Amino acid sequence: MFRNNYDNDSVTFSPQGRIFQVEYAGEAVKQGSVVVGITSKTHAVLVAIKRNAEELSSYQKKLFAVDEHLGLAIAGLTSDARVLSNFMKQQCLSQRLTYDRALPVETLVSLIGEKAQLNTQHYGKRPYGVGLLVAGVDETGPHLFEFQPSGMTQEMVACAIGARSQMARTYLEKNADKFPDCGREELIKHGLRALKETLVQDRELTVENTSVGVVGLKEAGKRGIDFFKVHDGAEVKDWINSVGDDAEAAGETAEGEGMQVDE
Amino acid sequence: MDHRPQHWGRPRDDVYGAYDASYMRPNGPTTHTQSPVVTGTSVVALKFKDGVVIAADNLASYGSLARFPDVKRLRTFAGTSVVGFGGDVSDMQYLDRHLQELAIDENYTSEKGHTLNARNLHKYLANLLYHRRSKFDPLWNHLLVAGLDEDDKPFLAAADLLGTTFTSPSLATGYGEMLAQPIMRRYAKDEEAAAQLTRDQAVDIVKECMKVLFYRDARSLDTYSIAVVTKQGIDLKEDVKLENQSWAFADRIKGYGTQTV
Amino acid sequence: MTSIGTGYDLANSIFSPDGRNFQVEYAVKAVENGGTSVGIRAKDGVVLAVEKVITSKLLKPGANKRIATVDKHLGVVYSGMIPDGRHFVDRARDEARSWRDTFKTPISTSDLASRMGGYLQAYTLYQSVRPFGITAIVGGFDSELEAPVDGEVGTGPSVGAGGKVEGKHGGPGLYMIEPSGMYWGYYGAATGKGRQAAKAELEKLDLAAGTLDLKEAVKEAARIIYVAQQDNKDKEFELEMTWISNATGPTKGRHEEVPKELKDEAERHDTITALLVERESKPNIEYDSQKVRSRLPFAMNAARLMTHA
Repeated sequence: MFRNNYDNDSVTFSPQGRIFQVEYAGEAVKQGSVVVGITSKTHAVLVAIKRNAEELSSYQKKLFAVDEHLGLAIAGLTSDARVLSNFMKQQCLSQRLTYDRALPVETLVSLIGEKAQLNTQHYGKRPYGVGLLVAGVDETGPHLFEFQPSGMTQEMVACAIGARSQMARTYLEKNADKFPDCGREELIKHGLRALKETLVQDRELTVENTSVGVVGLKEAGKRGIDFFKVHDGAEVKDWINSVGDDAEAAGETAEGEGMQVDE
Repeated sequence: MDHRPQHWGRPRDDVYGAYDASYMRPNGPTTHTQSPVVTGTSVVALKFKDGVVIAADNLASYGSLARFPDVKRLRTFAGTSVVGFGGDVSDMQYLDRHLQELAIDENYTSEKGHTLNARNLHKYLANLLYHRRSKFDPLWNHLLVAGLDEDDKPFLAAADLLGTTFTSPSLATGYGEMLAQPIMRRYAKDEEAAAQLTRDQAVDIVKECMKVLFYRDARSLDTYSIAVVTKQGIDLKEDVKLENQSWAFADRIKGYGTQTV
Repeated sequence: MTSIGTGYDLANSIFSPDGRNFQVEYAVKAVENGGTSVGIRAKDGVVLAVEKVITSKLLKPGANKRIATVDKHLGVVYSGMIPDGRHFVDRARDEARSWRDTFKTPISTSDLASRMGGYLQAYTLYQSVRPFGITAIVGGFDSELEAPVDGEVGTGPSVGAGGKVEGKHGGPGLYMIEPSGMYWGYYGAATGKGRQAAKAELEKLDLAAGTLDLKEAVKEAARIIYVAQQDNKDKEFELEMTWISNATGPTKGRHEEVPKELKDEAERHDTITALLVERESKPNIEYDSQKVRSRLPFAMNAARLMTHA
């Protein structure tokens, strides 16, 4: 059997200039359940599907508040995510302590990007096996960043990572023009519809398996913000119902369903 | 020959008397700066409707010697804030370099619209000063930070070598606390009063304060720097001369030095 | 001699029998797939430009800057693995800061290039690390004015010891640093996927003559990115450009983004077409890399030979 000699560690380039260990870490992200993020001019929203190991166990958290103005969604190794999340919390706190201000989202994201890059260049380290969506509001408005195990970070208008996330991305690309002017509720609904696109047959969004995280400006063009808050359980019931079988959703997803039949 | 090594390299006891080993004490307390060396005197600042006026003279004294007559004690930060330094001049230079680096770092992200405003800057400097005094190695300065806060409202606050912070519509350091504050408070006793002042009024009041300080503070100079910070930016003049001095009052002063009548 | 299967290419810092470090050569491969970066040293400043390939429609337009500022007066652009580029920029900022701490004055472009060349070289020395998968272009403008010492008060002597030194100093600088740590100064530098075409275009400018000015250089840089992008037409891209002039020029000695009006003008179809005609470029022909290489005695062949000088 062909054996790849270049994929044992993250300090070996393949003859094509690739680093397989980093690419494999990227695969770990695809093993995680899907998370979606969207931004408008006023809000940043994260939605996620939670998994449980067995019927009687609890569901694994997917959304984390980092600071008042910022939170994240994870796909991949939860324990790696916790390391990054704790680091981010500390950075945000120390910024508030020393400057009395909210850490700009971009600054924070580049810090974890640099941290992750170092793990791809030194023997004995391994890349983080987790992808993140970081959503926050700072002086320059709402932001959404994607973080990958390679240390790559990109600012997005909307994004989805995790298992079967391509379906969600297709939905997001199709509706991207609408997002900037969406209000909070509309944005959440778009997020949930994108999530639904990724579901396999017979699965649906429930109050148990769905998480919604929101942060946004209190009023467009003004300074005050509504802090990042994760909504679970009963709190997401109305949102789930609103994208259940309503006419709008049916219209929106008609194409998607058609494609599923084609398969 | 004295063959005891512990005696080598020392003054001979028979010539100079018994050696006083207390000069060699290796484990006394570690001491850092106990007092400032080259110093700047007062900084005065006053809020007005759209911003803040801040001034400090251009003198650095070495004790009572007027050692450097062209020292600029107002430093700008990122084109949006001014820091006025009283106290040790070398510590001021250290802080100034530190602020330059901070501004460079800040600029790496500020291309996208983030800047430390005067309130952030004051918080940072106060933390730094407190941190240093907690190491018993203080930066011997009393400084005023003038600029705007996140809502573009005038901001003025002080921090001293202990990390103590204070804020008020008018502020002064050093002798200015005794001599200039009462004058400024006549015009701006609270925030509401300060918000009524125009730029010209505020500048005039501060210039008046600089004059009074020159009259009565022996460590002051008649050349000074004055800056006005507003939303439009910083207007800094570093070589202003006191105008319309009148020493007529000097005749009436009694009770100093060798004067007897 | 092929590298694969010999075992000499499985770890960094290993010499093959003919004296090559294959891992460094593989790192160069990572660079060759990246978006094209270009730097031009004009007579009164430096322009940096990069082709940002749009990998997803969901990327925020205009965000995700690829050209970074170091200190105030230096810019860095790179092709290859972007996280490695960020690490490079991070280190460059540390170097610039420590230079200021030590010497109380900004680091010069050449000194930064030297420090960073040394840093990249160190990552070819050990099996415990891998080389950087980037080639970086560093541009800057060293002030021609007498630089004040950071934090200075008052003024020093104007002549004599501690005062002025006769002669011209300062000016624009442009350097390109490869994964091996090797670096040269350039009048025009290009790296990444479209480097062959870009280098051929740069050669037409006769930059060594020192006649091209900064604004012309901005337009040339934009044009060159467009020409270099021709072979890759199906991919959408964003152009990002920055520039650095002296203290009396448009950027006042700082590294800044090229203003929108000027960038828009440089990117306009007729501007580019007019320049293409003037430069006698035929952007539609396919560049034969071997041919281009033989036409570039300085930039390419010399560089290859000097690897083992």
